Amino acid sequence: MSTIRPTWVHATILGTFCAGFGVLLAATDIVTKEPIKDRALEDKMNSLGQVIPKSIHDNNPVADAVAIPNPHAGGHGGVSETVVYRASMGGKFTGFAYELDASGGYGGPVKLMLGIDPDGKLLGVRVISHKETPGLGDKIDAAKTDWITRFTGLSLGNPPVEKWKVKKDGGQFDQFSGATITPRAVVGGIRNGLEFFAANKARMMEKK
Amino acid sequence: MSGKYGQIVKDGLWENNGVLCMLLGMCPTMAMTGTATNGFGMGIATAVVMAASNMMVAMFRNYVTHEVRIPVYILIVAANVTFVDLAMNAWMHELYKVLGLFIPLIVSNCLPLARLEAYAAKEPVLPSLMDGWFMGLGFTLALTMIGAVREIVGQGTLFADAALLLGPSFTFLETRIMPADMGILVLILPPGGFLVAGLMVVAKRMIDLAAGKEIKMAGAHSV
Repeated sequence: MSTIRPTWVHATILGTFCAGFGVLLAATDIVTKEPIKDRALEDKMNSLGQVIPKSIHDNNPVADAVAIPNPHAGGHGGVSETVVYRASMGGKFTGFAYELDASGGYGGPVKLMLGIDPDGKLLGVRVISHKETPGLGDKIDAAKTDWITRFTGLSLGNPPVEKWKVKKDGGQFDQFSGATITPRAVVGGIRNGLEFFAANKARMMEKK
Repeated sequence: MSGKYGQIVKDGLWENNGVLCMLLGMCPTMAMTGTATNGFGMGIATAVVMAASNMMVAMFRNYVTHEVRIPVYILIVAANVTFVDLAMNAWMHELYKVLGLFIPLIVSNCLPLARLEAYAAKEPVLPSLMDGWFMGLGFTLALTMIGAVREIVGQGTLFADAALLLGPSFTFLETRIMPADMGILVLILPPGGFLVAGLMVVAKRMIDLAAGKEIKMAGAHSV
């Protein structure tokens, strides 16, 4: 159907298309770069707002963040740091928020965001992302049930460390019917998060 | 001329439906039909990419040689997907958070590529644009229906989170048909996608048979 053409004709056509669309894609990237960055920042602010009440700080916690080495953070390429967002009111720290992975979920790690006040009491916990079974394990999601809100106000001494487990393991937290693995992972993750705070409190309180 | 466009609309939405007849684009069909809302969103995003890609291929159809047409088509689809991906991330961020993960899947969807090869490579710009759009809408229709069935039987709701996708004025679409505990879990899980998609194909054929139509074995390359 098509006549035989020399290879360079095909190569030129393909090359022209690649170059043309390359330019278009680069232009789109330039135009959308700033809005995308703004949206990512808004997302971060929103998830922070759920674990640190807006009323207790007058700064932008995203702007006042410190990276603290955390061997359990499990970052990519050997980088194990947890970024801690610090909320302050009138120059005094009022809350700290950081993300961490609770390992041992049914569908891989459960990503949590913890908010902690300077005394080590939980201001709030939210599940940011998870791959748990819909209808069973996904009750940890604040959009589905209020299970996750029971941790607000608790700390490492309240309940005592050995009670930071689901009831099935001798602790004090309810699992849901049909799903023990997910709550066990979340409770363990929050306990780790609190221990991380206790171990690094001094570094978190350092002024920039 | 109107007869031709009428045929394009009918083919795209029903007669030669991408999912229910050609069984193309099964990857997003399985992945994104847990709820009617997700199916609808994925379908519309695909329709936009298909319309744009069909139009571009039709514009360039006389300049692309037969030998390099496939790489050029893939380039065009991939570029359009990237445009949609970046634009949605920047300006329709709520929607992007729901669909973002699945937008890149459109590149690997056979349906756009099949329509480029079977239709847009031979036809003028306007009919090609229409073909891409209505094939995409047919895809949307199938995904929304599969999503609706899986959602109703699986978790007892219909159009959950529609407001997230379409804006607050569409909250009225969100309905709870039965308590969540009565749902049959398997339908929300991956096997449910296969089960419901299969039943939909059967249902379409039964409707066609009842209407006295012949079951034609549609292929990707029928125009």
